Amino acid sequence: MSFLYFLINGISLGSIYAIIALGYTMVYGISKMLNFAHGDVIMVGAYICFFSLTRFNLPPLVAVAAAMLVCMVLGMTIEKLAYKPLRQATSLAVLITAIGVSYLLQNLALLLFSPNVKVFPSIVGNGKISMGDIVVSHVTIVTIIVCIVIMVGMTLFTGRTKIGKAMRACSEDKAAAQLMGINVDATISVTFIIGSGLAAIAGVLLCSTYPTLVPTTGSMPGIKAFTAAVFGGIGSIPGAFLGGLLLGIIEIFAKAYISTQISDAIVFAVLIIVLLVKPTGLLGKKTREKV
Amino acid sequence: MKKVFAIILAAAMVFALGASAFADGAFKIGGTGPLTGGAAIYGNAAANGAAIAVEEINALGGIQFELKYEDDTHDAEKAINAYNTLKDWGMQISLGSVTSTPCVATASETYDDRIFAITPSASAVAVTEDKDNMFQMCFADPNQGSASAQYIMDKGLASKVAVIWKNDDVYSKGIYETFKAKAAELGLELVSDTTFADGNDTDFSVQVADAQANGAELIFLPMYYTPASLILAQADKIGYTPKFFGVDGMDGILTLEGFDTALAEGVMLLTPFNADATDEKTVSFVTKYQEKYGEIPNQFAADGYDCVYAYCQALTNAGCTPDMSAEEICDAMIEQFTTMTFNGITGDNMTWGTDGAVTKGPKGMVISNGAYVGMD
Amino acid sequence: MGKTIRNSRTRTVNFITYALVIIAYIILQSMVSSGNIKSVLKGMLVPICAYIVMAVSLNLTVGVLGELSLGHAGFMSVGAFTGVTAAMAMFYGIPGVAPWLRLLVGMVTGAVFAAVAGLLIGIPVLRLRGDYLAIVTLAFGEIIKSLINNLYVGFDSKGFHLSMLEDKTNLLEGGKLIIGGPMGIGGIKKISNLTAGFILVMITLIVVFHIMNSRSGRAIMAIRDNRIAAESVGINVTKYKLTVFTISAALAGAAGALFAMNYSTIVANKFDFNTSILVLVFVVLGGLSNMLGSVIAAAALTILPEALRQFSEYRMLVYAIVLILVMLATNNPALRALIDKLKPGRKNEEKEG
Repeated sequence: MSFLYFLINGISLGSIYAIIALGYTMVYGISKMLNFAHGDVIMVGAYICFFSLTRFNLPPLVAVAAAMLVCMVLGMTIEKLAYKPLRQATSLAVLITAIGVSYLLQNLALLLFSPNVKVFPSIVGNGKISMGDIVVSHVTIVTIIVCIVIMVGMTLFTGRTKIGKAMRACSEDKAAAQLMGINVDATISVTFIIGSGLAAIAGVLLCSTYPTLVPTTGSMPGIKAFTAAVFGGIGSIPGAFLGGLLLGIIEIFAKAYISTQISDAIVFAVLIIVLLVKPTGLLGKKTREKV
Repeated sequence: MKKVFAIILAAAMVFALGASAFADGAFKIGGTGPLTGGAAIYGNAAANGAAIAVEEINALGGIQFELKYEDDTHDAEKAINAYNTLKDWGMQISLGSVTSTPCVATASETYDDRIFAITPSASAVAVTEDKDNMFQMCFADPNQGSASAQYIMDKGLASKVAVIWKNDDVYSKGIYETFKAKAAELGLELVSDTTFADGNDTDFSVQVADAQANGAELIFLPMYYTPASLILAQADKIGYTPKFFGVDGMDGILTLEGFDTALAEGVMLLTPFNADATDEKTVSFVTKYQEKYGEIPNQFAADGYDCVYAYCQALTNAGCTPDMSAEEICDAMIEQFTTMTFNGITGDNMTWGTDGAVTKGPKGMVISNGAYVGMD
Repeated sequence: MGKTIRNSRTRTVNFITYALVIIAYIILQSMVSSGNIKSVLKGMLVPICAYIVMAVSLNLTVGVLGELSLGHAGFMSVGAFTGVTAAMAMFYGIPGVAPWLRLLVGMVTGAVFAAVAGLLIGIPVLRLRGDYLAIVTLAFGEIIKSLINNLYVGFDSKGFHLSMLEDKTNLLEGGKLIIGGPMGIGGIKKISNLTAGFILVMITLIVVFHIMNSRSGRAIMAIRDNRIAAESVGINVTKYKLTVFTISAALAGAAGALFAMNYSTIVANKFDFNTSILVLVFVVLGGLSNMLGSVIAAAALTILPEALRQFSEYRMLVYAIVLILVMLATNNPALRALIDKLKPGRKNEEKEG
């Protein structure tokens, strides 16, 4: 099978990782916490979109908007109830709380949506186009385009808008940002809302590409995307993009050219080697240590 | 912080020492299965199927059952805890565990404790190996693998086959190995052999492409229906249309909510149960299941249902009463199960060998217009 | 002056920890001997011991050394598989060996192999910091799982035979396939017991307390609190980090062997990311550097899901809510202030929780 076919599939998978990784990286950048519940927000987004499409027969774009809205509210609620009271606590305490939230979302989904597999209807249909000897589905192309749009959009947003600049300021130094009149709490909330909205999009794309939906759908892509975020340098938006894409491509290539049996081991081995060469990830900032 | 722990610990102790067993006029039958977590779909199906059988049998007024299913989250450690909880409850006969790895663990306990067990669906050979009181309602894995290869050969379905299997799963691996051996013996050419694993079970672009590139006319899928549905979708995505051949885990694919059954058109599988069958027993079971749980039962539910009925028949034949100890019942059950013939919804004229494996005819099915049709 | 108070306080805490473990053992062992124990609790005794060892050893890395590890279950896995392999080979190779000796050999083998794995992983990994180190330990945990899922080990009269990806061990007549790839190990003789678990817990506590209260322990904590300052006074950071990491891995390996030999079967998927997280939860809930906390948290949180069985399908939901509430409550500033007020002597140490 051709190299190009695997490359396109890798980029498509990597695009999904990149969008999820973006959510991880933004939240990490501003609150220095690993939001392990992020993967489960993806799952919630996918379920909302699924029910909007199949039960309420909403048009695809409205269904995606509904999923984003619900996830944004969910993200904000989680932040307010579970993470905000821990703002002064150690990062490990927040990590464990995030794991608790992750269990909570998964088990709620299990009770509300039943453990039965739902087959997700692709939001862009099942069309495909042939290019020479390879066939590419519409979903694959849409995924890649959406990813690029989001990356460009987020880069512009953080660089050009007032809120975006506030987010960057808070990432750099919360105390200084506060002195400059930035509402730190509100900025963190906005970050969670945006991250969760992106998670909803990632959930829809993930399930459109791989159309099975269960309460644990988000956990493994969540971990892989977290890996991707670190790979690219956590806290960096272009890093999340690059890390996600590379991880997707490496994963597909490892399966295609080495062995499907130990592909996971290969992916993680590559990650380790990269981190040993570049200890803060591909595009991560080197933090200067102060005595 | 310590106070909080003290409270949790105290509460835990109270629960742990809570209600204990009491004797009454019903056989206490217990089983463990994944009722939560990623494999919950299988555990719940088996538990629901068994519950319907218990309800029906109790309504007849003869033998009475009290059924209890405990959650094992598809984990051997939790399965032992669940099993011990059932033992404390006073379980007399067991339904083992629903999935293979936990069942290997609980089977060793039921063997030591002399509690008779028949699992609805744990198909690994290790489940029954060296245990005289452990039986299976489903086919043991090796039988399925060699039966599938034989079937493909006999019917001349293909000469070049591909296989995709799950390499961290006892069930899939067990079928794969015997399939491979039998295929080699029969002269079926295995042109593509690829795997997937937990956490890496959504993207099948490479596996399907490999089968296509090597010119496979048929892809053998020894796995459950969730990954199988993704493989069918992936093949469709690249316009590749080989024949697909599944095993009993494939059953249920048509009942997936939102699944485009056109994708499964022409898929062949060996399955003991068919929810679309028109015989009275199956129709009655499927109707009741749908009324109660709002979905079409799969093979796990049917196996759970049959296990309870098999118990009912064996206990009646042996003249067991609920006041007998688990060990006494165990001896009677071993004798009954190795000699009796049982007709259930997952097969007629089932018999069991002393090794605990069931003998029943697998039905070759092909999916046509969104329904199973007998292949013969 | 302050130092003496702290030392005596440390000694008291250590003493309480030992006393608690010994008393718990005596009570439970007498319950087991008299048969006066619920099966479910009896079945959980060995895993609780194993989880206590896991939690205390991880606390050494996370709490004392201050490095977040998300792959501790990987070492447990290495210990479990090598330990059981050794014990089984002994069973088939040397007839009539006493079970306790097989268990001991299994646990020691598990500890040694896990220590080697810890050392090999530690050398490159410890160059990294913070979350990057965490992700690499996660990656190693996943790699170990993936490799064992594809590992085949057989034993016959000619010794061990290893192969990867598929079973090419070609055992002689009478040989036995011990590790069967995804099937893991089956037919394990269940030889673990509470006494062995208790001994391992005691050894772990003695080792860990000894490290914490020694000169090396103070050096290690100095590295945690301020690495650059520690380096500048001549502390060999790499050496200490590696030592702690290796010891932590060895203890986890012994725990893995103990755990595995309590069940008739063990598979590599058991020791995945979720198990690592589970142990991390014990550590954080019990308090960083607080070994007594780890012991109690490991025991309580292993029992909790079983105690919640009466909630049936809501059980894991309740578990999640309890987890979140406990984290919120214990980190609530008002509550913390109250605890501090009640224990005047503890003020200095509260910051690390």
